[in-house]
Amino acid sequence: MRAIPVAARVCILGTALCAALCVHPALRPDTAWGVVSLLAALYAFCELPARCRYLGRSASGSAPVVAGSFFPVLLAAALLLPPAAAALVAVPGALLGRIDQRPRSARRIWRAAQLTIATWAAAWAQVVFGGPVALGGGGYGLTTPDFPYVLLPTGAAALAFCLVLSALDGCILVTAERLPLRTAWRGLLPRSLAPLGAHGLAGLMMAVLWRSPFGPLSALFVLLPMYISCWVFAQYHRERAAHQATIRALVQAVDIKDRYTRGHSERVGHASVLIAHELGMERERIEVLRFAGILHDVGKLGVPTRVLRKDGPLTPEERRVIELHPEYGHEMVRGIGFLGEARSAILHHHERLDGTGYPYGLAGQRIPEFARVVAVADAFDAMTSTRSYRRGRPVPTALAELERCAGTQFDPRMVRALARALDRHGWQTAVTSDEPAPPGPPPGPSPSASPAPSPARPAAAPPPVPAALPVSAAAGRGNVPPARTSGVGHVPHAARTARTGQSGRTGQSGRSERSGRGGGR
Amino acid sequence: MTSAAVGAPGAGRRPVSGTVVAVYGAAVLLTAAGLGSTLWHGLADPRIALAFGVLIAVGELARWGALPGEREPAPVAAAGALAYALLGENAGQPVGHGVLQTVTVVLTAGLAGAVPHVARGRGPALDHMVRRVLTVGFAAFCFQPLYDSAGLRERFGAGPGYAMLLLLLLALTALCDAVLAALVLRARTRHPFGPLLRDELRALLHIGSAVCATGAVIALGVAVAGLWALPVFCVPLLLTQLSFRRYAAVRTTYRQTIASLARATEIAGYTPQGHARRVAELSLAVGRELGLSGPELTVLEYAALMHDIGQLSLVDPVPDGATALLPVAEQRRIALLGGAVVRQTGVPAAVAVVVERQADPYREQPMSARIVRAVNAYDDLAGECATASGPLSALERLRLGTAHDYQPEVVESLARVLSRGRSGPWSDGVTHG
Repeated sequence: MRAIPVAARVCILGTALCAALCVHPALRPDTAWGVVSLLAALYAFCELPARCRYLGRSASGSAPVVAGSFFPVLLAAALLLPPAAAALVAVPGALLGRIDQRPRSARRIWRAAQLTIATWAAAWAQVVFGGPVALGGGGYGLTTPDFPYVLLPTGAAALAFCLVLSALDGCILVTAERLPLRTAWRGLLPRSLAPLGAHGLAGLMMAVLWRSPFGPLSALFVLLPMYISCWVFAQYHRERAAHQATIRALVQAVDIKDRYTRGHSERVGHASVLIAHELGMERERIEVLRFAGILHDVGKLGVPTRVLRKDGPLTPEERRVIELHPEYGHEMVRGIGFLGEARSAILHHHERLDGTGYPYGLAGQRIPEFARVVAVADAFDAMTSTRSYRRGRPVPTALAELERCAGTQFDPRMVRALARALDRHGWQTAVTSDEPAPPGPPPGPSPSASPAPSPARPAAAPPPVPAALPVSAAAGRGNVPPARTSGVGHVPHAARTARTGQSGRTGQSGRSERSGRGGGR
Repeated sequence: MTSAAVGAPGAGRRPVSGTVVAVYGAAVLLTAAGLGSTLWHGLADPRIALAFGVLIAVGELARWGALPGEREPAPVAAAGALAYALLGENAGQPVGHGVLQTVTVVLTAGLAGAVPHVARGRGPALDHMVRRVLTVGFAAFCFQPLYDSAGLRERFGAGPGYAMLLLLLLALTALCDAVLAALVLRARTRHPFGPLLRDELRALLHIGSAVCATGAVIALGVAVAGLWALPVFCVPLLLTQLSFRRYAAVRTTYRQTIASLARATEIAGYTPQGHARRVAELSLAVGRELGLSGPELTVLEYAALMHDIGQLSLVDPVPDGATALLPVAEQRRIALLGGAVVRQTGVPAAVAVVVERQADPYREQPMSARIVRAVNAYDDLAGECATASGPLSALERLRLGTAHDYQPEVVESLARVLSRGRSGPWSDGVTHG
């Protein structure tokens, strides 16, 4: 447990004070206590399933709904009640809701204060735009909602809510996590704008039906689609995590067979992402490239374990079998739709720029971009990681080696990008496999991505570093760049595979053999 | 969800059953009556009819990008149709479209919304249209006469009771829709009715209830605020649909990844080509036949796909990957190794349990493990001698093992599935051999 920094304490205390000031005017007998308590109870009830696991969990083991997903209730309160009373509605639910991370009480207070102020601001915004009259509160003889116009105060309320939430989120990120200002606020507002727009409309529906002759009960109907959407969103995240675990299991299955290269796949994925960032790729492509790096050697599952683990020199036949692994890998992941370009990277990551690689002997720009990235990342990690027969080389030496081979084996653009990225970020020879996918939550239909006071975004926590690299390794066969002449004496495997890498003909014959076999099946 | 992904073996080229004829006949009759009456009497409240028609047609467009097997590909259209059936007032003024006009408008708008899809060569599923017409007809039949008799307005006024009544009607309608869907599905696939209905009801709890609630909200909202309520009140449902799409997409990807993991043993040469897929398909069919549903089927499918994954830990492949022919101790060891791998994937723990226990005597196994064990043994044995007598002698050998290894019910169910399916794993050998 880390101690809460002083700045964060001050920030939380100040916000809580502001929240108390917002609520204070409502603590009078003539507040509409009936409506306030109904709405507050409703909000608290909505937050409960997230707290109590048995309520939110069905028999199929579904994930509980994320806390803080029921802004329509708060926005409806902002539209129905005067600001101070509306702010009061947020308090019990926010205090009761489930908090996952420690320190719990500080987070609880923070969330209650934050939501109180946001609701108060939303209520003020709609009052400024004449919301109470437009909603049919009786002013100017209007008893039914004045429809196109009422959207304006609603929009204002949702916007104010959103602005206050993201501003306060940014504050706590800066003070508690010591993130720089710009990173803290970047993307917070745009991410939450679209979902909160929808929540604003749902709040409006609730308010309209609440005021209508059909009464508060009918307003509950509005919450059902919202609730289900939040539930599905929670399932989505659970399933996504499960999927990533499965991808990792694919990689671990390779580790079972080939103990030489544990951790290699994850590091290649990481290095590929570093290169992609330097090249300015889009976020989605980077994510796919990460999978390409992680899965590039998955075809080794198809190589007999005996050959992979063999310690002596390989016969030409065994070498040919090992060189089939890109094709095996491609065959395996063929059915995974989302991998897209990554599949070609898995197939071609042993091609060389001069056309002497395998399996197809492609040259130059005919090698897919992803494959050229993965090839560089693969070679780099093979050189810098420690294997049983040698220590890993220092990063500068490995880079120099890559630069020497740029143009013949590697794409110089990728090598330069890797060098730049390493200058900027450095390189840890061990990257754990538990690192979550991309930083930042995906743009989701639920506000759960944006609002919750999450002072501990994973961005801040450095990945734990395993104590030592597995030293049971021998050689990353097929992973090693050529021209290892300097160290032939003590790197027998590396030199051997280096030579196989250069003999493009073997790759060709391997392919024809493979296709012949494939036809027979 | 699972049901749509792996179709029943041999569904399709069978004579159309009486249930389907009856359902389609009812829909055609209702449509004909609606069209005739509307053409004869003209359209009551054309503005409202047009507004709802546009909503439904636009909602149908949301079918774009629907994944196969999605429960409700056009929820906004469905909610709009239900709301039109349950509409009593517009901004305080009573409206006068009857049951037949409701059916006509819903059908016409649905067809209009389907035009772009048909133009692209993908029409709406006919079953879906028929169900929509019948369900909306049912809702309108329950509501409109009640409302028109004026007793409703006097008794419930426009108070909370009215809202409750709408909800009740919608629940009834949803139930009716689920029964209808399960009936049609049963007639097409001949799976037992109970599990099918259970699946439909479970789906009802998800997107179905959101559609119903939105239908009620739109009907009430229009009664209070007029037609402006239509676009505004649909937005939350769109959000729900979006969430469901993403969920479905990630599930599909997940399934593909698991299938790839399962294929690893084949590519590594440990098991014959297509073994995992065949075992998964047959296990699903047997599971359905034995009355499993929903999440149980998912666990069964994943376990069947990955049942051989433990062989990856072997240094040398088992001959032909046929674990059923190995000594029991060796089978158990492989099963335990497989369970260890499966636990590392993100699948539910139940899957790992099934994989671990697949080699135990059937009395100690959970249901899914019994199915996987029997089907795996069948596929191994039938593959061992892929001649004309392969499947039959394989079944015979399973029957001999029912004292200890295989549950008799599972083996009999497997035999039924095989005799019915004709597209069982080695059916080519059966029919042509």
